[in-house]
Amino acid sequence: MTQVEAAPKAIEREELLTGCEAVAQAVMLADVDVIAAYPIRPYTEVMDAVSKLIADGKFFAEYIIAEGEHSQFEIVKHASSVGARVFAGSSGTGWMYAMEALAVTASDRLPVVAMVGNRALDDPGAFGVEHNDALTVRDLGWLLVWVATAQEALDTALISYRVAEDQSVMFPLAIALDGGFLTHSQHIVKIPSAAQVRRFLPPYALGKRRLHPDNPISIAPQVNEDWVMEIRKQNAEATKKVPAVVDKAYKEFEEVFQRSVGDPWLEEYMMEDAELAIVGMGTLAITAKAAIKRMRKQGVKVGLVRQKWYRPYPTERVRKALSGVRAVAVVDRDFSYGSPFYGGVLYNEIRSALYSLSSRPIITNFIAGLGGREISIAEIMKMLELTEKAKREDNRDQVMWMGVRE
Amino acid sequence: MTSEITFEKIKGIHNAPREEFYSSGHRTCEGCESAMVMRMFSKASGPRTIALGTTGCMYVANTAYMTTPWVVPWMHTQLGAGGSAALGTSAGLRALMKKGKIAKEKINTIAFCGDLGGADMGLSAISSALQMDYDLLIILYDNESAANTDIQATGMTTWGAQTTFTPTGTVKKIMQTRWKKNVAGMLAAGHPNVKYIATAIASFPPLDLLNKVRKALAAGGPTFIHTLDPCPKGWDYHPRYSDKLGELAARSGIFPLYEIENGVVKMTYRPPQPKVPVKEYLEKQGRFAHFGAEDFAYVQSQVDVMWNEWEIPGIIPMKSGALR
Repeated sequence: MTQVEAAPKAIEREELLTGCEAVAQAVMLADVDVIAAYPIRPYTEVMDAVSKLIADGKFFAEYIIAEGEHSQFEIVKHASSVGARVFAGSSGTGWMYAMEALAVTASDRLPVVAMVGNRALDDPGAFGVEHNDALTVRDLGWLLVWVATAQEALDTALISYRVAEDQSVMFPLAIALDGGFLTHSQHIVKIPSAAQVRRFLPPYALGKRRLHPDNPISIAPQVNEDWVMEIRKQNAEATKKVPAVVDKAYKEFEEVFQRSVGDPWLEEYMMEDAELAIVGMGTLAITAKAAIKRMRKQGVKVGLVRQKWYRPYPTERVRKALSGVRAVAVVDRDFSYGSPFYGGVLYNEIRSALYSLSSRPIITNFIAGLGGREISIAEIMKMLELTEKAKREDNRDQVMWMGVRE
Repeated sequence: MTSEITFEKIKGIHNAPREEFYSSGHRTCEGCESAMVMRMFSKASGPRTIALGTTGCMYVANTAYMTTPWVVPWMHTQLGAGGSAALGTSAGLRALMKKGKIAKEKINTIAFCGDLGGADMGLSAISSALQMDYDLLIILYDNESAANTDIQATGMTTWGAQTTFTPTGTVKKIMQTRWKKNVAGMLAAGHPNVKYIATAIASFPPLDLLNKVRKALAAGGPTFIHTLDPCPKGWDYHPRYSDKLGELAARSGIFPLYEIENGVVKMTYRPPQPKVPVKEYLEKQGRFAHFGAEDFAYVQSQVDVMWNEWEIPGIIPMKSGALR
C-alpha cells in the first residue's frame, strides 16, 4: 500500500510584485517549456522577470529572443504543436506586427498563453494603456481576459493554462494588463507553492494532434471552399464550451488554493441596490470604486460592473447584472472609429447583449483614458452625473469623449 | 520507435534509399523540380523527421485537404515564418526531451520555403534561426517566382525574366531589373555559428542534393540549403527538359554550386572551361523570349563578373580584399 499523499497545505508566500512580475511567477509555476520574447513597452517587463528566473535556475525553459513579434508568436505556435507549454506576449503595435501569427494560432487551435500589456497603437507614439491592441483579436478565437490587480494577474495566468489547454477548449488565450497602471505598479501578491499548482494544473496533452514522428499527421492543409465552413463552425461551437471550463477552473482554484478568486466573468461592486452602473475593464475599477463610495455618501445608488473575461463574451451574466439598473455608463479605454453611434468597442458589445431585453437601461458611452491618460475620481463622478442626466432626458444614444482639451 | 540515425554519404544511385516520405497525393505540375526537392530531402532525412512548409506552391499544390503526400509529420507555417517554425519546433522538442516528457532522440526539423518565404519576406526569421544553437535545416526551394499566385517576380527571379508582374511592353522591354539575391552567400557571410550551408540543384549532379541534406542533418545545429528548381509553368518550357535546365544552370555557371561547412568553403561542382554560354540556358525558356543579343550579353557579363572577379563566385568579391 502506498501512502496517500496529503493535500499540501495552502502555504503561500507574499511578495511585493508588479503585474508583470506576478505573471512571470505564474509562468514559472506552470513550468512553461518554451518562451519567446521580443521587447516592447510595457509588456516587456514580464520577459525581464522570466529571463531572470531562468538565469537564477528557478525553472527551466527554452528561452528564445525572437527577431520580431511575428516570429515570436510563430515560434510559440510551433513549439505548442509538438506538445510544449508556451508563453509569449506583446503590447500595442508589437501585437499588431504579430497579427498573422495570432490569427493562425487560433485557427490551428493551439493553446498559446500570452500576456498583453495594453498600449496605445502608433501613430502617434504613446506608451500608455489603450485596449485596442488586444481587442483586435476578439473575432479570431483568442480567449481574452482583463485583470485589475497583480494578484489577479498571477491567479488568472495559472487559470489560463488550465482553460486554454483543456481538451474541449484548445484556444490561445491573452491576459490583458493595463500598461503602466498594472504592468508596472506593485502590489502585495500571494504566491502559491509549486506543489499546489501541480494539483491544479494538469500537464499539457495535445493527444492525437501532437506533431511528432510517432504521430505522422499533416496539420493545416489547403482546404478551400470545400471545408472552410465546417472548420469555422467547429471552432465557433468550441467557443461555446469555454464558459463551463472557466467556471470549473475558478471553482477548483478556490478549492486547491483555499482562497477566493471571485466570479470569473464580472466583478460586481455595490450592485445589489444600484440604479446606476458604471461598466469598464481593467484598472479603471480601482478609481471607479473610490468614486462610487463618494457618490454613495451623497445618496446616489451607484455600482460597478467590471468585465473580466471578454471572450467568450458573458452575455447572460452581463444581462443579469445590468437588466435591473436604470442607466449604465460604459467606459471604453478604446476607440472604434465609425462604429454604430461612433462609440467604443465595449459599449457596442454591451448594447448588443442587452438588445433583446424587454426592459433596457439607458446606456451612455464614455471614451476615456486613452494613451495612458489617467481617469480621475472626479471624471468618473462626472460620467455618472452625465449618465443620470441622460436618463432624466431619455437621451439614449450618447457617446462622449472625456477629458479632451479643446 | 527511437533510433540513432546515421547520415551516411550515398555512393551510387542504386544505393539511394528506396523509401519515399513524400509520396502520392500531391498535385504538382508535370516536371516540377521543387517537388523533386521535397522528395529528395525527405528521402535523405528518413522517417524521424518533422517537415514544416511555408505558404507557397509546395503548400497549395502539395497538401490539398485529405490528400497529403507527406508520410512524415508535416505542418503548414506562414509565408514569412520558415525560420521561426523551425526554431519553435526544434526548441519545443528539445525542452520536452530535457524535461523527460518525450524520448530523447534525433528528430530532424526541416522547414522549407519558396523564394518569397526564403529570400524576401522570411529572410529575417531565417537569419534569426541561423544565429541560435537549435538543430534545424531550412531549405529554400527557389523556382524564381511566386509560382502559386500565377508567376510573379520575386527577389530571386533572373534579371530580365517575364512574369505577370514584369511583362514585356511596347515601351519597357525589361521590367525585372533586379539581379538575383545571393541568399546562401549572404547567410554564410553573416552567421558565424551556422554549421552547414549549401546550394544545390535537384537533378544535377546526381545525388548531390541527397548528400548535402545528409551533411546538413549530420552537422546538427542551424543549417541552410538553397536549391534552384526549374519550373515549367513559370519558366515556360516543356516539362521534359526540367532536369536538363538544372544541369545547364550549373554548367553555365549562373547558379554556382558550393557548400560551406563550419566556415570552410568548397566548390562542389566546377563548370567546364570554357563555361557553357548562359544563352544556352536562357533561350530554352519562354520567359526570355523577348531577349535580344544585348540582353543575353548582359546576363553573360554578370555571370562572368561573378566567376572572374569574385574570390568565391557569388560569396566574397575579390574587390573586398577579404582574403588578402
